[in-house]
Amino acid sequence: MIELVIASRCTGCTACVTACPRDVFDPVPDGPPRIARQADCQTCFLCELYCREDALYVHPDAGRARPQDAAAIEASGLLGEYRRASGWDEWAGNEALRNQHWRMEDVFRRARDA
Amino acid sequence: MRTQLTHHDADVLVIGGGLAGCWAAITAAQGGARVIVAEKGRCGTSGVAAAAGPGHWWVPPDPGRREEAIARRLAAAQGLGDAAWMARIVDRTFRTLPDIASHYQYVPDDDGRIRHHALRGPEYLRALREKALAAGAIVLDHSPALELLRHADGGIAGARGVSRQGAGGDWVVRAGATILATGGCGFRSHLLGGANNTGDGLLMAVEAGAVLSGMEFSAFFTVVPADTTMARTMIYSFARYYDEHGRLLDRPQGPHDNAFLAEALTHGPVFCDLSATPEDVRRQLPQISPNVTLAFRRLGIDPFQDRFPVSLVGEGTIRGVGGVRVADADAGAGVEGLFVAGDVASREPVTGAVSGGGAVNAAWALSSGCIAAEAALARVRRHGRRADTPADGTGGAGLAHPHGTTDAAEIERAVQAEMLSPMKQYFRTDATLSAARDRLDAGWTALPHAGLAPTPHARARRRELAALTATARWSTASALARRDSLGLHRRADAIAATTPPAHVIAGGVDTIWTDLVPAGEQA
Ligand SMILES: Cc1cc2nc3c(=O)[nH]c(=O)nc-3n(C[C@H](O)[C@H](O)[C@H](O)COP(=O)(O)OP(=O)(O)OC[C@H]3O[C@@H](n4cnc5c(N)ncnc54)[C@H](O)[C@@H]3O)c2cc1C
Repeated sequence: MIELVIASRCTGCTACVTACPRDVFDPVPDGPPRIARQADCQTCFLCELYCREDALYVHPDAGRARPQDAAAIEASGLLGEYRRASGWDEWAGNEALRNQHWRMEDVFRRARDA
Repeated sequence: MRTQLTHHDADVLVIGGGLAGCWAAITAAQGGARVIVAEKGRCGTSGVAAAAGPGHWWVPPDPGRREEAIARRLAAAQGLGDAAWMARIVDRTFRTLPDIASHYQYVPDDDGRIRHHALRGPEYLRALREKALAAGAIVLDHSPALELLRHADGGIAGARGVSRQGAGGDWVVRAGATILATGGCGFRSHLLGGANNTGDGLLMAVEAGAVLSGMEFSAFFTVVPADTTMARTMIYSFARYYDEHGRLLDRPQGPHDNAFLAEALTHGPVFCDLSATPEDVRRQLPQISPNVTLAFRRLGIDPFQDRFPVSLVGEGTIRGVGGVRVADADAGAGVEGLFVAGDVASREPVTGAVSGGGAVNAAWALSSGCIAAEAALARVRRHGRRADTPADGTGGAGLAHPHGTTDAAEIERAVQAEMLSPMKQYFRTDATLSAARDRLDAGWTALPHAGLAPTPHARARRRELAALTATARWSTASALARRDSLGLHRRADAIAATTPPAHVIAGGVDTIWTDLVPAGEQA
């Protein structure tokens, strides 16, 4: 579930508020959005793709809250991984991050033939 | 309490802005219609395709190839398939999907070829949203539909719903034709991207007079790292599974690939070993499915070195099969002015008794969306919008909001205890199904007493609860009605009867009925 909106990174653009398909965030005037309905989060990670500041952190546990330490997550290098690995925004055009989704059927075929 | 009401007029209303709804909106808007998409979440991130990476059934029109592909799928469909619908979606997908290149950046493969049928979900749905907007469609985000509206003569007149964001309040869309594209029902499991897919469209359709089919094909469970949503299957094609004592689990061949895991999980934790994954695939995984690697990293798991615990996540009718019975070649719902597209419809015509995940479902979503949109447009051209004639709501269950005494969450848990139990769903018997039916009936009876606040969120949630419970009841009744095993539906108590292929159809809201219809017969 969504665990962190990192205030030092957040610009208050509210892109996450609109992007979240579960309407988990509430906008806050002059501040980072609030995680208002954490239990509604469907752990799809998509809010992170729409946060250009990499200010959001979703923990993979979908069943219960897993409170995270913002400083530790900052230091972990895990912020922004989804956007980067997907080659979004400023990562577009980076050869190493090219979308290789097309390989999926080949991988399935190799596993079948193995 | 006074609620603000926003009124819209449209030629075509599309309810649900996922894969099917977006293609419907694009097609109708490009055809010149005024189109409104009402999406519960956010069109572009909502629905099960948005967080996945749908491959589409893709067969070029080379001599004999399509006939051969269709013959293979017809055999797999075990008597419930329809060759004409298969041909329709193969052709439509091949002709239409490349159009998304206007908004989706295809990346060539190692041979420099574009594989049009394989798209990464987040980029695909973002592109579909942008393409729909560029075509002139109006998108109402965070606006779940609650019920359909109907003219006195029975024709569907649009829908009514609530807005979860901004000023909130109610909306009404009056439209000459309405397309339901609300997806399947995953019973609010932790399936990736599935939380909004609560069967709302099934309930709305049945209330309006539509019939369901194939609801017994709702036993489908996918492996995920324990407690996560990550139901992406590719990497598990290299998996071996172990019990907590390190014993390799035997994987018998069968109609339910994961039934052996369900049984093992009743005895203790099950661990997955991916060490058989080839080196190059390990390296490529972050750029094939970025969300798969990121979930492992955040859990501190090296999936190729460590054995990690797994669980099974239920998919219900999503990568199951059942839904609204398609009444004609126009993707009509059998109700004047109402059409169905994508997973809300039964996919039996194109996949029969087995899952259409992996290629057929996405091709169906796209094609049924386009076909429904064209038929909707033709209807509006014939009959007009009829915006000024009166129309009434068709909905019942879960729409009133009294201050009840029953805990709504308790009803949802009761539904899930039946529908999300792999053992109950994989090993159905008359006894387990009858017990489920009685418990679900009790949930249905308790529903009007479930107390929830009159806020837009709570009102939508209460209606979702009605849809979840209703869908569970139709699935269970249909599973009771099909007394032998077929495809995804296994009866552990089946007497090996080989009856001629038939569809189980179902309907009714307070009192549920089922019937058997010989395959190939028109509704
Ligand atoms: C992990 C995963 C991987 C998959 N991979 C493949 C694949 O490789 N190939 C393949 O063919 N298929 C695949 N599928 C299936 C495929 O994604 C679906 O068939 C497809 O998304 C169906 O499209 P849809 O528009 O009907 O449903 P969805 O894409 O789920 O969209 C339904 C939309 O309706 C909205 N909605 C629901 N209720 C309401 C309401 N009351 N009011 C307004 N809006 C509402 C939802 O918010 C959602 O946005 C996969 C599924 C999963 C779960």
